[in-house]
Amino acid sequence: MTSALIEARGLVKHYGDFVAVDDISFDIREGECFGVLGPNGAGKTTTIRMITATSPVTTGELRVAGLDVKEAPRQVKAVLGVVPQDDNLDPDLLVRQNLEVYARYFGLGRDDVRQRIDEALALFQLDDRATSNVDDLSGGMQRRLTIARALVNNPQVLILDEPTTGLDPQARHLVWQQLRLLKSRGVTMLLTTHYMEEATHLCDRLVIMHRGKILVEGRPYDLVAELVGPQVLELRLPSPERDALLAEFPQGDGFSVEQVEDLTYVFGGGPASAMAAERVGDPHRAHLRPGNMEDVFLLLTGRGLLD
Amino acid sequence: MTAFALTPDVSFGAYRVWQRNRDATLRNWKTEFLGIAVEPFAIILALGLALGQFVELDSGEKYVEFLAPGLLALFPMFAATFECAWGSYVRLEMQGTYESIIATPISVDDVITGEILWGTTRALVNGTYILIVASILNPWLHMVDSPWAILAVPVGVLPGLLFSSISICFASIARAMSHFAYFFNLVINPLFWFGGAFFPFDAMPRWVQILGWFMPLKHVVDIYRGLITGNLEWSMLGSLAWLAVVTVFFYVLAVKLMRRRLIH
Repeated sequence: MTSALIEARGLVKHYGDFVAVDDISFDIREGECFGVLGPNGAGKTTTIRMITATSPVTTGELRVAGLDVKEAPRQVKAVLGVVPQDDNLDPDLLVRQNLEVYARYFGLGRDDVRQRIDEALALFQLDDRATSNVDDLSGGMQRRLTIARALVNNPQVLILDEPTTGLDPQARHLVWQQLRLLKSRGVTMLLTTHYMEEATHLCDRLVIMHRGKILVEGRPYDLVAELVGPQVLELRLPSPERDALLAEFPQGDGFSVEQVEDLTYVFGGGPASAMAAERVGDPHRAHLRPGNMEDVFLLLTGRGLLD
Repeated sequence: MTAFALTPDVSFGAYRVWQRNRDATLRNWKTEFLGIAVEPFAIILALGLALGQFVELDSGEKYVEFLAPGLLALFPMFAATFECAWGSYVRLEMQGTYESIIATPISVDDVITGEILWGTTRALVNGTYILIVASILNPWLHMVDSPWAILAVPVGVLPGLLFSSISICFASIARAMSHFAYFFNLVINPLFWFGGAFFPFDAMPRWVQILGWFMPLKHVVDIYRGLITGNLEWSMLGSLAWLAVVTVFFYVLAVKLMRRRLIH
């Protein structure tokens, strides 16, 4: 039986009258990368804080590796590796010291972790910076060191809260590559993000959260196929021209149209979409592309600003 | 719920936090050492000898002799206060150090206890050094009269814990670095000047003496004065008990305030 490493049942978190997490349930299985997507304020970080026992659960059940988070916070934290949203490396310590001192918080001595730290520094391409000041590292290097730090206790679950927010594209791809490597080694991961590309790249399964609730759960490409369809036609045309084009679509074929400012999205248009794009003949005005997670996300959480 | 448990949940993790602070401090040991090394000489020279020329005490002792227990109380107090007020606030708020530590098996209570133990360690190092300097200068300045003075080192644990705890309490409610101006001006400054380090309380009006009883530093100075001069009195045990009670109060308060700040 493959039991879940993290199990949430009817999880609720209140801050006074504000409901940050509103009755969510999910399972994270061994060896998978589980994504939590959602706009800012969706409840992603609060969920993570409850799992890492730094925010008390209001009601509901939350178990990590079979342990109740409320009853055994120290034991739960001992099997987790946490990569917080904002780097909180220790600037008073050198790069290698950061890992050694962190290992000591888990009761692991320098000799216990020497080899693991050597490997982690090599894996994250920091071995030539072992005696640098943390403040002298680039943003990407700091992020990688934070991930390396989360691995010193050989955790059962690696928890990553928006691991690539604020990184440039090169640094982001390097982090993705390293996370995929960890995944191939069987590391279980919980990842929150609002980059859809990141979720598609890394997650085996994901949920989309909005206003404290889980809206949908599934495998990334299944969700795209189910909710968006294989193709999306983007139109940037004046309304008369656009209406004329849409009138050509066979009626009752299950396609849907969404208008956002000056852009029109046509979902599930089938061959008619391809014909329409060809007829306009200018990809800047009519562009046919595959459906993606971003479409799923915006479809479910709406396109207005949420902050 | 653990966040509101009455007794602190402290483990060996507190020592891990103490070790972290030790390692961070030793990285800059030269700067740290310089500050500790020069301070007592400067103060003995400026206050004890220079200002002392103009001070005549009823007891007939030289001002620098009168000053010795005060210095032994004041500078460790500063050491603990800087570490656990400014230092802790930086670790809590600017560096996210506490947040990173409580993601490991270490509890908030461990972190706070480790911080307070570290503040106490700094106070002890500071106090011991001042005692050594005073002893070395003894043939000329006669600041230490009795071998009982050595007891000032273990006794120093208590004020170390107390001033560290008070400082952590303040760090836990501060919302900006500038808020420490309140702490310095309303708590540390009055303690500095009116803690009984610079003038004898006996000569003051009765209401000042009553006020002094509420000053933790006055009790510390009284105990040290007894030990340094060798005039042991029962009232010193009373001062010790006073300090112990107040220390426990502020320690528990520090733990509770920090839980509220970090676990929500």
